[in-house]
Amino acid sequence: MDLELSDEQKMIVATVRRFVREEILPLEAKLDPDASELPEEDFQRLSAKVKTMGFWGIDIPEEYGGPGIDLTTRTLMAVEMAQHRAGLYAPCYGVFGGAGLAQLYEASEDQKQRYLYPTLRGEKHGFFGLTEPSGGSDPARAIETRAVKEGDDWVLNGAKIFISGADKADYGLVFARTDKSKGRDGVTCFIVERGMPGFHVRRVVHTLRSTYYATELQFEDLRVPQRNVLGEVNRGFAIANDRLTRQRIPYAAGCIGIAVKAQEMAIDYAKLRQTFGAPLATRQAIQWMIVDNEIDIRTSLWLVLAAAHKAERAEPYRTEAAMAKLVASEAGGRVVDRAMQIHGGYGMTKDLPLERWYREMRIRRIGEGPSEVQRHIMARDLLGGSFH
Amino acid sequence: MAIRLTKPWQELTADAIRALPGQLGVYQLADGEGRVLYIGYAGGRSLFGLRSAIAEARARLGASARRFRYEVNQQYMSRYEELLMLHVADHGALPSETRDAPRKLGRLSPVAAGKDDGSRAQ
Repeated sequence: MDLELSDEQKMIVATVRRFVREEILPLEAKLDPDASELPEEDFQRLSAKVKTMGFWGIDIPEEYGGPGIDLTTRTLMAVEMAQHRAGLYAPCYGVFGGAGLAQLYEASEDQKQRYLYPTLRGEKHGFFGLTEPSGGSDPARAIETRAVKEGDDWVLNGAKIFISGADKADYGLVFARTDKSKGRDGVTCFIVERGMPGFHVRRVVHTLRSTYYATELQFEDLRVPQRNVLGEVNRGFAIANDRLTRQRIPYAAGCIGIAVKAQEMAIDYAKLRQTFGAPLATRQAIQWMIVDNEIDIRTSLWLVLAAAHKAERAEPYRTEAAMAKLVASEAGGRVVDRAMQIHGGYGMTKDLPLERWYREMRIRRIGEGPSEVQRHIMARDLLGGSFH
Repeated sequence: MAIRLTKPWQELTADAIRALPGQLGVYQLADGEGRVLYIGYAGGRSLFGLRSAIAEARARLGASARRFRYEVNQQYMSRYEELLMLHVADHGALPSETRDAPRKLGRLSPVAAGKDDGSRAQ
């Protein structure tokens, strides 16, 4: 692995950084501190600009019309795109476009026509429905939503919780148990449409994160046609697992982006703020915080780039992705916490983005698999086999 | 837990507004018959939280707004969107004076209003 960025990577990183600082930050300064979307005219203008730059839909595979940027470079871009107040959960407010649910790239052609292509055109949005009130860290066993075959349809009954974006989505991937006698081999993935009778978004689940909230879903005799089974019956767990692994890389990159920005703010403030006749930056206590921040940032960055590099080469990268997610989410929280400490009272206010990052970063140690599950994954890979 | 706003309605007067807390939260303004006209929030940029946000909304709506109720809530943004979605679910449209709703508002299908147990704590 070459540790030096190529000239092209340097150029792309610099371009995205300039875009965030010149286009996103000035607009964000006018929005509510917890905002997650831009006014329509700004969104359209910036989306058009991103298309002109050739960065629209960076995560879309090239054969589906994406710009064909490699995963390592996309990871570096994700670090840059997160460097603003809303950047952790709404990087650049979505003006770089989305790739849709990656699992749909493996869907049947009929399913691609109905869901994937409209999503890539920005006409439809999907959600990912895995976690249930009975648990999310062990989906193979926790899934209690039942799907029973009736004629050509499947009838779903159950509930999902902590599902982001379901209230605004047109469809979603929902995992349900189709064979009670089998654990991970008894789960099937269904493509569920928002308008199907029996599909309910019951409520918003309020958390530390006031924006891009989660929802609670209920399925009451929800009939899903056989042609909406994604992949094979009883093979849904592999689909969920694949998604969880690949999602850990951009998830970690977002944490690093926030940490980089918090560190930049901490350094600027430490040089500016005077106490007892000298800048904070001259105090050893502050210097050590800055140094510890930098260690956290660089450690996380190399781990996530190593994971991206292995994934890019189609090598097994589950341990690397879990390690990157674990370290980046925990390190990011520490960096933001130290930056708040350096900023003193101002660090607690909504005048600065630190308090929002502090709340949202706490969720990152839980979302996409808590730290303990990441360790469990790594232990399983290192020691061999599945423990339970 | 109830998801609809169940705080008691108050008369929308200058004295009532002066007595409001400076905290963040959400609120509804209604006409004399209790029809919700506007749903808003006091966010991180409001100078005096609910007090100034409701005062500004009252000035904007004029005499049509006669009553109000509010909920102190640090998660004002997700609660605000939830209240808007609930109103749409219950009445089929946004409140008549709500013209600043989010660009992409979601849709809820909550349990019927009568089954809401009103247990949400302030």
